[in-house]
Amino acid sequence: MIEAVGLTKRYGDKTAVHNLSFQVRPGAVTGFLGPNGSGKSTTMRMILGLDNPTAGTVTIGGYPYRKLPNAARQVGALLDAKAVHGGRHARNHLLCLAQLSGIPARRVDEVLGVVGLQDVARKRSKGFSLGMGQRLGIAAALLGDPQVLLFDEPVNGLDPEGILWVRNLMKSLAAEGRTVFVSSHLMSEMALTADHLIVIGRGQLLSDMSVTDFISANSADFARVRTPHTDPALREKLTSALTEAGGHVLPEQDGALRVTGLPLPRISDLAHECDVRLWELSPHQASLEEAYMRMTQGAVDYRSTVDQKAGLQQPLPPGVQPPMPVPGQGQPGWYAPPPPQQGYAPPQPFQTPPAASYGAYGAPGAPGAAPAPGGANPYAAPAQAPAAQTPAAPSATPAPAPAPAPDAAPTKSEDAR
Amino acid sequence: MGRRLDEELTMAAAQVIRSEWTKIRSVASTVWTLSLAVVVTVALGMLIAALSNNDFGNMSRNDRLSFDPTFISFAGMSLGQLAMIVFGVLVVSNEYSTGMIRTSLAAVPQRGAFLFSKIAVAGALALAVGLATSFVTFFLGQAMLGSHKASIGDSGVLRAVIGGGLYMTLIAVFSMGVATMLRSPMLSLGILMPFFFLISNILGNVSATKKVGRYLPDQAGSKIMRVVTPIDDDTPYGPWGGFAIMALWVVAALAGGYLLLKKRDA
Repeated sequence: MIEAVGLTKRYGDKTAVHNLSFQVRPGAVTGFLGPNGSGKSTTMRMILGLDNPTAGTVTIGGYPYRKLPNAARQVGALLDAKAVHGGRHARNHLLCLAQLSGIPARRVDEVLGVVGLQDVARKRSKGFSLGMGQRLGIAAALLGDPQVLLFDEPVNGLDPEGILWVRNLMKSLAAEGRTVFVSSHLMSEMALTADHLIVIGRGQLLSDMSVTDFISANSADFARVRTPHTDPALREKLTSALTEAGGHVLPEQDGALRVTGLPLPRISDLAHECDVRLWELSPHQASLEEAYMRMTQGAVDYRSTVDQKAGLQQPLPPGVQPPMPVPGQGQPGWYAPPPPQQGYAPPQPFQTPPAASYGAYGAPGAPGAAPAPGGANPYAAPAQAPAAQTPAAPSATPAPAPAPAPDAAPTKSEDAR
Repeated sequence: MGRRLDEELTMAAAQVIRSEWTKIRSVASTVWTLSLAVVVTVALGMLIAALSNNDFGNMSRNDRLSFDPTFISFAGMSLGQLAMIVFGVLVVSNEYSTGMIRTSLAAVPQRGAFLFSKIAVAGALALAVGLATSFVTFFLGQAMLGSHKASIGDSGVLRAVIGGGLYMTLIAVFSMGVATMLRSPMLSLGILMPFFFLISNILGNVSATKKVGRYLPDQAGSKIMRVVTPIDDDTPYGPWGGFAIMALWVVAALAGGYLLLKKRDA
């Protein structure tokens, strides 16, 4: 059990963590979420006694880390996958860590097998990919067979197989009654892995609840409405009619409309009244990713802006329309469109969730981080083509949730992810 | 409680020593820096000994009187010590430049035990290499000196030869202390290399600054390698006195490193 009470860390005038109190319980995977620079890593370092808190305390099993008897056998941590000497080969790296904690050398070969690096055990870690580095870091965390495990962004750089493996590893560690604390900036990943979520922004606690509670508290319903794309005027007409009736309308990249505040039959009636045909009218739930973005929107430190390309832009050839700006650019309160797999049924269920996570990697900071106008939006790109051409879109019926890890909240719909 | 803590510290120290030995032998920089220290010291020592032997006939009377064959065979140390500095700096700053320090300190929260066990391992290795270098460079240097050579049995010679090994060890340990304070390998090398190669020599040889310069670690420490005191030498300390001054510098560097490591965020 990890317990933080009023944890505060200041570097000069910058407050990295402010008055953070939470508990991480054994037997569950606790996700630790926040945008870049929100204080996740600082908190992890304070838990491990590497950084001294400016105020407050954090304890593991009742002891501050530096007073914890036999700390290395009780707590395992992956802080930074790149924190290895590149000239040392993988086995020696783990061997010196094992010796540091009085762990026998045969355990080194054991964990190398667990993470699947036995074939490169005698290769210098300089040549490792980020994913192999992550595996080496996870091996180091597992060395002491600890009861408490901390992982800082463990899936960064892993391939889909690796992401799935990490997810199942976390779950099985927690099922053995261990305390598992995993940080991430990916809500989609945490929704699949974690049982409990702690969300911070700008070093302050934003939310501390179970994933189930988080889903029911944060997933808002909306309707997707699509008018014939042959006639943009129809869309304008419907938009104003819906707005007049008290609905809230947001355009999506592919030309569909996202409507909140009106029930589906009412939308249909309004469309009928103003004589607009509908190609799609489908109920949706906002994804957790969106809920998370709404929550952290005010707390994002590094926000991308529209690239003005002043003086760099080529004059458009005559007769060519300037590209439509991507909705969301510079619009406060706008949140990211749903993940890409909504537009089409996943061809191979087992590869879809990692693909979704990768999609989300593409737009790390999202609302503001949407790419430049005309650029490829990682969310929109896969959805655009199928959704636009097949108006009868299968997106109306959420695709059956692929279950890579069968216990991953089977009730969650495609949207809820 | 105190008893348990002592036991834990002893255990931690034993574990760190094993781990540090693995660390130090598993990186290429150890072999490179240490073998460079040996080769440069021995080769340059032999060269200068041979040149001095040829030049002996042209020397002034004073120079002949203060001719110190033992010290001449150690002439290569002025360059060889630079490789020792690199060794000492890298042993410590590798932890920081790779980020390993966080993993290490998470495994051994007793930071004092971690630092001093690390320095003990690296220092012991430096001592072994330093002593070997010192003996090899002495015997090969004397072989070059022909009729002007000293013998290991002469008064003060054995002390000077062992002192040469100790000097190289302390230079390495001093660098470890400085690197612990500064953390960055570039910064540490950027300060230590020019200091020991140039600044200290200038301060120690210019008459205006000589009185201060001779208290610098290498100027004081190298006194132990001398057997014959130069004429008109007014240095106020003997061989072991000079060595003690150098040791004080080393203790200060280590204490600074320890206090900073203990206090600051890793």
